[in-house]
Amino acid sequence: MDLGGINPAVLVASLMVASVPIMLAAIGELVVEKAGVLNLGVEGMMIMGAICGFITAVTTGSPLLGFIGGALGAAVLSLVFAVLTQVLLANQVATGLALTLFGLGLSSLMGQGYVGIKPPLTGQVNFGPLADIPVLGKVLFQHDPMVYLAIGIVAAVWAVLRFTRIGLILRAVGENHDAAHALGYKVTRIRILAILFGGAMAGLGGAYLSLIRVPQWTDGITAGAGWIALAIVVFASWRPWRVLIGAYLFGGISVLQLNLQVANVPIPPEYLSMSPYLITILVLVIMSSGKGRGALNAPAALGQNFHASR
Amino acid sequence: MNRRTLMATAALGLGLAFGGGGAHAAGMDKVKACFVYVGPVGDGGWTYQHEQGRVALAAAFGDKVDATTYQENVPEGADAERVLTQMALSGCNIIFTTSFGYMDATNAVAGKFPNVMFEHATGYKRDHSNVSSYNGRFYEGRAVQGTIAGRMTKTNKIGYIASFPIPEVIMGINSYYHHAKLVNPAVELSVVWAFTWFDPAKEADAAKAMIEQGVDVIAAHTDSTAPLAEAAKTPGVIGFGQASDMSTYAPSPRVSSIIDNWAPYYIKRVGQLLDGTYAQADAWEGIAGGEVEIGAITDAVPAEVKAEAEAMRDAIGAGTYHPFTGPINKQDGSVWLAEGQTAPDGDLLGMGFYIEGITGDIPK
Repeated sequence: MDLGGINPAVLVASLMVASVPIMLAAIGELVVEKAGVLNLGVEGMMIMGAICGFITAVTTGSPLLGFIGGALGAAVLSLVFAVLTQVLLANQVATGLALTLFGLGLSSLMGQGYVGIKPPLTGQVNFGPLADIPVLGKVLFQHDPMVYLAIGIVAAVWAVLRFTRIGLILRAVGENHDAAHALGYKVTRIRILAILFGGAMAGLGGAYLSLIRVPQWTDGITAGAGWIALAIVVFASWRPWRVLIGAYLFGGISVLQLNLQVANVPIPPEYLSMSPYLITILVLVIMSSGKGRGALNAPAALGQNFHASR
Repeated sequence: MNRRTLMATAALGLGLAFGGGGAHAAGMDKVKACFVYVGPVGDGGWTYQHEQGRVALAAAFGDKVDATTYQENVPEGADAERVLTQMALSGCNIIFTTSFGYMDATNAVAGKFPNVMFEHATGYKRDHSNVSSYNGRFYEGRAVQGTIAGRMTKTNKIGYIASFPIPEVIMGINSYYHHAKLVNPAVELSVVWAFTWFDPAKEADAAKAMIEQGVDVIAAHTDSTAPLAEAAKTPGVIGFGQASDMSTYAPSPRVSSIIDNWAPYYIKRVGQLLDGTYAQADAWEGIAGGEVEIGAITDAVPAEVKAEAEAMRDAIGAGTYHPFTGPINKQDGSVWLAEGQTAPDGDLLGMGFYIEGITGDIPK
């Protein structure tokens, strides 16, 4: 199949790359929301990850350390959110929005001296002869390590949530924090850890933007990717594998619409640009009208603060 | 009224604008010049170049000009009006508003402060005698880029990452394509509308999509360096710096650039305010006026192509060549410019059509 010059294998390969940042941020946010916390600061944490990762990679010359630095930087920012909402019991929605604004400003300040610098390059994973398989090689075996790591993290989150005791406790905290507390689980501590994990994942996603996908530092580099990640979590109805599908769908459509324009296919780009959001609304409507299991599947205690005295 | 009809009206009104002005004041001893920016000064493109103009202004006049006041990241809209009012109240004598979206705010505030001069970049409304507007003829730079693109492409596919369908951008696309076609009749142009001035990830994706489909020369009309960073990943693909020189990507993929050089204009206008010759103006300068500069053409370009591009630059600068010289037809085949005819400014400022040979439609 050849859509006016668009090679499907190349298209799939580039959508896999394009969806990595939103996939990482979304899977992190999924864990946070599964623990009953709504952190709207994903955008701010991503951009902190982007600048911290960039600075680390440029100073050390190592992309690997860069990614670690990005994850740490964003996790530190998410700690601010954790302290405010879990210890001081501030409103989660307002704090999350503030976190985004704060992250955007702080990253801009930190990045003052890093405009126009090229980061060290991240190579592809070497699969040897596998990479030369026609079509499949291009799609599956010619990517940088983060593409595979992101999929691995989605699989790990799925396995942990579904099969392990930790996953069960996390879900219990998110569904009914009073009951979890009565059973002796440290609700606040578990939530703080979940928030830190979410921050680290958003940071990885941000670092992917500044180190591999773009790769450079400019103010506002995330340009709304964090909000898309939030939409994907809802779209995925809080299920890890659907996050993967959602990220491919959102990333895929943005790549596809650019490719269609290059190929001069007469579909107005505006329709394709808005289609992921239309699909999200559609999925929400269908799911919330269904009689099936728990309708939307949203964690019951999502966005509610917890204090042991209640 | 949509933006295009607004621009068309503006084009008609162009000639009328010079009437009401008249010189202001009889010279000043000290001028305080203030700047409003739409982005951060570190964007590496549009706002960065305005900031360079401000720095040059401060250096040019020393103690006579206070150019230390500027504000970054001012949203286009109600906030801009607040910032402008604040600046006018704090003693600014001349205020430069450096984005299209400040147009209404600039005119509204100018009405309240008749003794403060306002200079609005890239707009066309001059409701009060103390409002001037200024812009650059960036399509002249596109002509030079188009020549290089037409000569350099091996696949005969060239690309243009466009921001919004406004005359300013359409002018650039037409000029780029026209000059590529003149030197290489087999050339094909792909246009991608990003619908943003600044989204590095999207700009990089747009460049990537082009490269995957065989495009090997990419021009961008967006503000970041991301398309060049993407082009750098594939050997043989070249591009151009936009708004700023972007020389970190030289000698390849960045083989040349369009530099918005606002410094001469800022120095001229503030100088006029100092010596009392200041009058309302509608400035649209290009290579000749020094507002549009062509960044050094690197050695990645063969010497004869470089010479040809530089000859075109010099001809435009000397006024012997106009980038839109007929015969040029519109996309539908109808005649726009007859043999030897050059495009009137009104046509350019209201431009809403592709020229013949470009495929695809301009989004509404």
